[in-house]
Amino acid sequence: MYTTDLSGKNANKLESMTVEDPARAAAFEARVANDEFIEPKDWMPEAYRKTLVRQISQHAHSEIVGMLPEGNWISRAPNLRRKAILLAKVQDEGGHGLYLYAAAETLGTSRDQMIEALHSGKAKYSTIFNYPTLTWADIGAIGWLVDGAAIMNQVPLQRTSYGPYARAMVRVCKEESFHQRQGYEITMAMTDGSPEQKRMAQDAMNRWWWPSLMMFGPPDDKSPNTEQSIRWRIKRETNDELRQKFVDVTVPQAEAIGLKVPDPVLKWNEARGHYDFGAIDWEEFYAVVRGEGATAKERMTARVKAWEDGAWVREAAHAYAAKRTAAKLAAE
Amino acid sequence: MSDAKDWPLWEVFVRGKGGLSHRHAGSVHAADAAMALEHARDAYTRRMEGVSLWVVESSKITASDPGDAAALFEPAEDKIYRHPTFYTIPAHIKHI
Repeated sequence: MYTTDLSGKNANKLESMTVEDPARAAAFEARVANDEFIEPKDWMPEAYRKTLVRQISQHAHSEIVGMLPEGNWISRAPNLRRKAILLAKVQDEGGHGLYLYAAAETLGTSRDQMIEALHSGKAKYSTIFNYPTLTWADIGAIGWLVDGAAIMNQVPLQRTSYGPYARAMVRVCKEESFHQRQGYEITMAMTDGSPEQKRMAQDAMNRWWWPSLMMFGPPDDKSPNTEQSIRWRIKRETNDELRQKFVDVTVPQAEAIGLKVPDPVLKWNEARGHYDFGAIDWEEFYAVVRGEGATAKERMTARVKAWEDGAWVREAAHAYAAKRTAAKLAAE
Repeated sequence: MSDAKDWPLWEVFVRGKGGLSHRHAGSVHAADAAMALEHARDAYTRRMEGVSLWVVESSKITASDPGDAAALFEPAEDKIYRHPTFYTIPAHIKHI
């Protein structure tokens, strides 16, 4: 059993624990190479801790910001069944964010610091959520393609070397499969529908395909952290390996329901046993990472407003708990 | 590290079903115990994962230090006579 509380005396201990020491560093590397899990109170190199805080908090922010584009459609879901499903999915995304924030907190960062970093723009979240959800077909495409890409990324993270992160990912992966299937079902219903619905499904596919491929991050030769993260077993597969896997499983799913993948050079390569696919517009990716575009501003405005509008509730709960504690002490 | 702006942290334990012990599921922030139970219910039992919840404030848990792991747990390694397989019993002796 570990405790995740890092306040007070534990915080000081944390500092003394992280003073770099070659012998401890070597022991750490050996443990990681041996596929052992690292737990919160174990000694770890400062760079490992920092990499994890960055990655886990970005991951958490992505879950939370990801509630916004889909939340946009809850009140306009086409029927009660779809509405109940979408509500459950968006609630799951909130839950995933919470598991991940809790995992990051075991590394000595506070929830408040992470929220602050998100709202001030210091922390990033997945670029995918800076695209608008224009039609109901987008909700299908997000579940199928965006959650599909997320699953591809997250499955190997269940064996990531940091215990709390791995355990959070086990929970997330269990829940994520429903997200992808409901999205595919929405898309399937539309490709089975009227010509107008088919056009909507294809239009959503056209807009979400490339951003979904970008979700795996920059190509391996431009991903400076990949090598170290693989060595520390934080990442298990490279961005390009995961992207290829996603293309390979998703293309037949699109073909099965009569959708065309918007890539003129996409072709099965018999010799490689994989699909060859076109070049990704990385300029667009980096522009979205930098937060350019109206949707990025809209997302952060919505997040900050929700946080500020909820401040009185947080303060009231604090005050109520303090009052009750004081009354209890007085009665003893 | 953790500051007063955050509600205190609570550890959540879930009993999967009758007959099983409570098992650590994760953590939540909450102002008090009642709220911690509500948050634990929303965060960790959305799919019938449990029939009972425990929450305990994280700061109230005393944990062993990983640095003491060798001193605490290794002495058991050379006491293999505590395991039934240590003893050789002829094959024809049954029910033992």
